Amino acid sequence: MFPLAADNCLTRNDWICGAYYASRAGVLRDALVQHVALVFVSVLLGMLLAIPLALLARRYPRLEGVVVGTTTAIYTIPSLALFSLLVPLTGLGVVTVVVGLGLYSLTILVRACLDGLASVPADVVEAARGMGYSGARLLRSVELPLALPTIMGGLRVATVSAVALTTVGAILDYGGLGTLLIQGKETDFRAQVLITSLLCVAMAVILDLALVAAQRLLTPWTRQQVTS
Amino acid sequence: MDAAAGDVVIGEVYHWLSDPAHWSGPDGITVRLTEHVLLTVLSVLIAVAIGLPLALWLGHRGSGGSVAINVTNIGRAVPIVALLALLSMGVFGSADFGPFGRAGLATLVTLSLFALPPIITNTWVGMREVDRGIIEAARGMGMSEAQVARRVEVPLALPLIVSGVRLAVVQVWATATIAALVAGPGLGRIIKHGYDAQRGAEVVAGALVVAVIALALERFFALVQSWATARASGQAARSVGAAA
Repeated sequence: MFPLAADNCLTRNDWICGAYYASRAGVLRDALVQHVALVFVSVLLGMLLAIPLALLARRYPRLEGVVVGTTTAIYTIPSLALFSLLVPLTGLGVVTVVVGLGLYSLTILVRACLDGLASVPADVVEAARGMGYSGARLLRSVELPLALPTIMGGLRVATVSAVALTTVGAILDYGGLGTLLIQGKETDFRAQVLITSLLCVAMAVILDLALVAAQRLLTPWTRQQVTS
Repeated sequence: MDAAAGDVVIGEVYHWLSDPAHWSGPDGITVRLTEHVLLTVLSVLIAVAIGLPLALWLGHRGSGGSVAINVTNIGRAVPIVALLALLSMGVFGSADFGPFGRAGLATLVTLSLFALPPIITNTWVGMREVDRGIIEAARGMGMSEAQVARRVEVPLALPLIVSGVRLAVVQVWATATIAALVAGPGLGRIIKHGYDAQRGAEVVAGALVVAVIALALERFFALVQSWATARASGQAARSVGAAA
């Protein structure tokens, strides 16, 4: 048995505590993995829905107003409220968190896809048509590559936002690091709150840098431009 | 939960909201709504008081661009839950703060910080996007720098400034909900209470109140923004006319 008044960083409730990191490394790792998985699946879900939606909205202008209006409305709804409004449809579990986060990503990504496609110069599209490009081939070889910088910009915003928003999933016990963070707050455990907060910020920064690197590889022709 | 259970919840939500007992008392909707409105209004005012002059000055001088742009990116990466937990466990504590409720001071500071980025970024970009020709013409007419800023740049930047305030208000309204997850006051408490008590109707009812007001705020500021845009284009025409 440990003496009751053992003096260490845990009993002192220090903000930084090596003993805590060492003893709970597995728990922290599991939360980190869950956090990354939630971000990845929900942003991917948003992306898979955003591209066809943007293409449909572009083809049918009347649909564009509906898509832009609906996505703006969704983005306005607070995350805790959105998760809660989804509960009757998707239950009290991980599906609600993924669908909620996916909807937020979708709203950012649909806009980015529409803006990106609109930014393709009309004369380039004309020239490509003149060379015999049309339909899916025009989209794949000409329009999407030229829209990519804008789409990637949206993807960065969606990903960084998703990392922060995932913490709210703690209300449904699927918040990755957020679950540990709120548990730490409720038990007034400083080291746990600080380390999970820092890991969230670090994850957002690392994923953002990774997407910047991916964008440079995918669109070498934009390298002269300054990317913020 | 299946579809049938969903139907039941909608009926229960109406039932829950129409019960006057849920609106009154120290934990009622009225108290939480007041906290939520007070927090949103005051934190946006604080952010405007700090961010607006700073961004107007930087935008007029054309300096500090990377700060003005990156502050939004940084704000996005910091989870509100984390900042609020750290502030309420650290310097500001979780004590009641007048009509702002539990951990009111920590919540107010956190929300003010979250309202800053859209105000700073939009104001700065708005000031920089004013037609250089119009500004040169105003200087040529002998306007002082303060007059150029006040009579030419600010009116022309107004649509983007209003759009920044609109973003800030909607974001703060939304973020204030999350405060309850950690310690804070506001309408999120009703949602949190519903989760803790496993009462779906209370969760959805709280969320509905927040969401409906969020959409109303968004519509209201969209109207203000279109008014500002109409005014700015009139101003631009006058400025160009005066310069010509």
